[in-house]
Amino acid sequence: MILIWIVLIPIIGGLLCWQFEKFGLGVPRWIALLSMLLVMVLGLYLWSTGDYVLSEALIQQSDWQVEYRALWIERFGISFHLAIDGLSLPLIILSGLIGVMAVGCSWSEIQRNVGFFHLCLLWSLGGVIGVFLAIDLFLFFFFWEVMLVPTYFLIALWGHRSSDGKRDRLYAANKFFIFTQASGLVMLLAILGLVWVHYHATGVFTFDYEKLRHTPMSFEVQYILMLGFFIAFAVKLPVLPFHSWLPDAHSQAPTAGSVDLAGLLLKTAAYGLFRFLLPIFPEAAHSFAPIAMGLGVAGIIYGAMMAFVQTDIKRLIAYTSVSHMGFVLIGVFSGSALAMQGVMVQMIAHGISASALFILCGMLYERLHTRDMRLMGGLWGKMSYLPFMTLFFVAASLGLPGLGNFVGEFLILIGTYSVSPVVAILASTGLILSAVYSLVMIQKAFYGPARSEDPIADLSLREFGLMLTLMACLLWIGLYPQPLLNISSESLGAIKYMSDVTTQKLGQ
Amino acid sequence: MNIELSISKFVTFLPLLIVTATVIVVMLMISIRRDHNLTAAVSVIGLNMALLAVYFATQQGVQFLTPLMIVDGYACLYMAIVLISALAAATLTNAYIEGFGANREEMYLLLLIATIGGLVLACSRHMASFFIGLEILSVPLYGMVAYTFRTTTVFSLEGAVKYMISSAAASAFILFGMALMYAELGDLSFSGMTLALGKIVFSDTPILIAGLAMIFIGVAFKLSLVPFHLWTPDVYEGAPAPVGAFLATASKVAVFAVFVRFLIETGLHQQPLVENVLVFFSVLSMLVGNALALMQKNLKRILGYSSIAHFGYLLIALVAGGSFSQEVIAIYLIAYVLTNIGVLGVIALVSSPFGKKDADMLSDYRGLFWRRPYLTAVLTPMMLSLAGVPLTAGFIGKFYVVMAGVDAQLWWLLGALIIGSALGIYYYLRVIVTLYLPANAPYELDASSDWGHRIGGVMVILTTILMVFMGVYPQPIINLIQLIL
Repeated sequence: MILIWIVLIPIIGGLLCWQFEKFGLGVPRWIALLSMLLVMVLGLYLWSTGDYVLSEALIQQSDWQVEYRALWIERFGISFHLAIDGLSLPLIILSGLIGVMAVGCSWSEIQRNVGFFHLCLLWSLGGVIGVFLAIDLFLFFFFWEVMLVPTYFLIALWGHRSSDGKRDRLYAANKFFIFTQASGLVMLLAILGLVWVHYHATGVFTFDYEKLRHTPMSFEVQYILMLGFFIAFAVKLPVLPFHSWLPDAHSQAPTAGSVDLAGLLLKTAAYGLFRFLLPIFPEAAHSFAPIAMGLGVAGIIYGAMMAFVQTDIKRLIAYTSVSHMGFVLIGVFSGSALAMQGVMVQMIAHGISASALFILCGMLYERLHTRDMRLMGGLWGKMSYLPFMTLFFVAASLGLPGLGNFVGEFLILIGTYSVSPVVAILASTGLILSAVYSLVMIQKAFYGPARSEDPIADLSLREFGLMLTLMACLLWIGLYPQPLLNISSESLGAIKYMSDVTTQKLGQ
Repeated sequence: MNIELSISKFVTFLPLLIVTATVIVVMLMISIRRDHNLTAAVSVIGLNMALLAVYFATQQGVQFLTPLMIVDGYACLYMAIVLISALAAATLTNAYIEGFGANREEMYLLLLIATIGGLVLACSRHMASFFIGLEILSVPLYGMVAYTFRTTTVFSLEGAVKYMISSAAASAFILFGMALMYAELGDLSFSGMTLALGKIVFSDTPILIAGLAMIFIGVAFKLSLVPFHLWTPDVYEGAPAPVGAFLATASKVAVFAVFVRFLIETGLHQQPLVENVLVFFSVLSMLVGNALALMQKNLKRILGYSSIAHFGYLLIALVAGGSFSQEVIAIYLIAYVLTNIGVLGVIALVSSPFGKKDADMLSDYRGLFWRRPYLTAVLTPMMLSLAGVPLTAGFIGKFYVVMAGVDAQLWWLLGALIIGSALGIYYYLRVIVTLYLPANAPYELDASSDWGHRIGGVMVILTTILMVFMGVYPQPIINLIQLIL
């Protein structure tokens, strides 16, 4: 039951926010904050009660810690099947944390239609949480789509114009929705194709993950279906040729929307690759791996170079996401247990650092009313905390040892090196490039001559609190990542096992 | 011919009889004294009784009523859909036509007569009843589309004339096609044609093929499949919103029902030639219908184009064939009907009581959320359902269609479906987001403040609840359909 509540709390909380707006603008904010805190607490409770230990033994089965199942659409063997294991648990806790941050950072930014805003925000978070928990493929697809509509509203109704003023927020919102929805339909085709293959082989209609995993398929069928899944995840991650929605959506969304997108929505794609693509299509994934890793490397370098030439600070950070997600793609397809662990850490760390950077951009925007770095400059002298905080998270994002992102990228690179040294070497140039664009950003925005003499308010207590929490999390992951690695090790081991065994079979 | 009328035959005949009786009662009432609300009440009661009678008809098993009609589960299902659509149109008419200066009562009369046509089509198993039903359905619609032309803009009359001419041409095509098929097969009942088809080689009979082609053209006109769709947006725009609701739902569903029965019973849809024609219609309708809607600023025209695209999706199920396809078609049509009733219902409510024109421009809906939140809460899921987003009935329908397509491995059609849907999302989203944008000008048209308490409002809210329920938990409806079919 607890799993259902984790999904339902944001949904119900959202409805309450909408209805209780009439009692004052503060009410929806507090309801939203409490709902997300509750989700986080439930996640931590699951962690404390679950059995997550680092084990070296090969695990052959998924180790669901808590499971919930109810019949839903019997006609096609669809059930409402939620389960949590070491792969989804950290992401659930991250969802709670990012949710709290998203509510916190819109406290003063959103003054218009507060209730409806929080409805959209919480429903999109609810959809994300559902994606992390669903292990019935129909239910997974269902949540996958459910999280899009509210996100669309967030961008379309509370977003900003692009910095050059050419494109409005509707353009970004529509682009986001059409990209993700069309790729989602491709995934639906692939899911249904898988279900029919299973049906013709066994005579049973089912969308259940555990059953579909053992579907006998010829290599060609497997490859085509795998591509269907890959396209959907590649658009969301995003992978190089499918990324063009991301800079627009990220930069024109309101702060909470960017936080939601960068912190969580991108992670659903990486999660999907782990949970569905690798175990269900092991042979196809194995033979596709070189292409995927190539795309990953291309994404790392392309993202970094694009970030370097941006003048809009939010676009810059958006492109860094493209770059960092390239590491995730490489790690997922490397087939090395170490790199997979690295991906897990990278997802959490990037979720936190990218969210923090977007929140900081939002704070800058509230104070300066611009996102154009050419109009900033000289801020270091005017504020004592905000520039320092930005430097901290920028350092995290460029992979400074001691902070979370370093652990993730380091593990991915080490793991990949044993599989493909070339990829690892090329990918590591991304670390250098990220140092370049990060420092350029700091230099442009905070140093140099000040543009005006007007005083700028420094961080308020609320903003300070948000930033300190995120800093603490990153430091913790950077200095002592072992608890995090413990949670996910068994589940990732199981996924590696599932994707390995059959690979060996193919080799014989 | 000797017609034996047992009790169970009588019961299966009841839905048709009740609606016919209602027509006579309403006609007499109008001639005695005009009373708008009373007429509306009698019509609605008659339709409800007919709907109840459909339930009893399902209990009687398969019954043949003369060689012309059959009442089986399939017929009952589509009779029910037609009756529900007619009910929705009648309830919407009530509030809508309140402010209309001239005679209001004949609208119900025309609506009921058209409903009879729909019922006949749903039960038809003979070319004669096919044609009779089609005409009973179409002729009153000409009048309904033009009903308000005296006080409204010229579009209403233009739409009606356009509809009349194209519809009459389509009927002529169908009639000629039937004659040609009769010349080749020597029988007009679907079952007789099936027998005759078994004795000939399909591809060696040019006359038969020509006849079939003419029937296809006529039906494509009625269902507004590309390239016979040109009348659709104009008629949607010109027709009063409640009539539009009837046109989009009952009329199309009934024609589709008889068309599917004809094809499946004769097995013609599995001929490679016919299949290619269906694929042609399907792909073009999906792509052109969605593409033409992209730049529209008029909500009714958008719906017109969207219905073109939806019938394109639906044809995929027909091309896929197999025993599964009937279930797919039924589910898809139910979702389609619920959604269209909802959207056109909201348009009707916003335009009620009838003024100079309907609220059909997107600008009329700008900021609707901030003044009518619950009405928007109806329209938003409805638009999402048209787009096929989960949590709505439209998604279940699309899911079924994709399922059928994957089973039959119609990859090209599914590719077109994905492109069409991606295009579709753009204009559906445009409508949705308009509802939430801040209103920039004082609005002229708005739903009356007590819309939720009016019968039309109640109906629209019920439809929404049903639609979302079907999207979230479709199992009961699937069970029902499997039981009936």
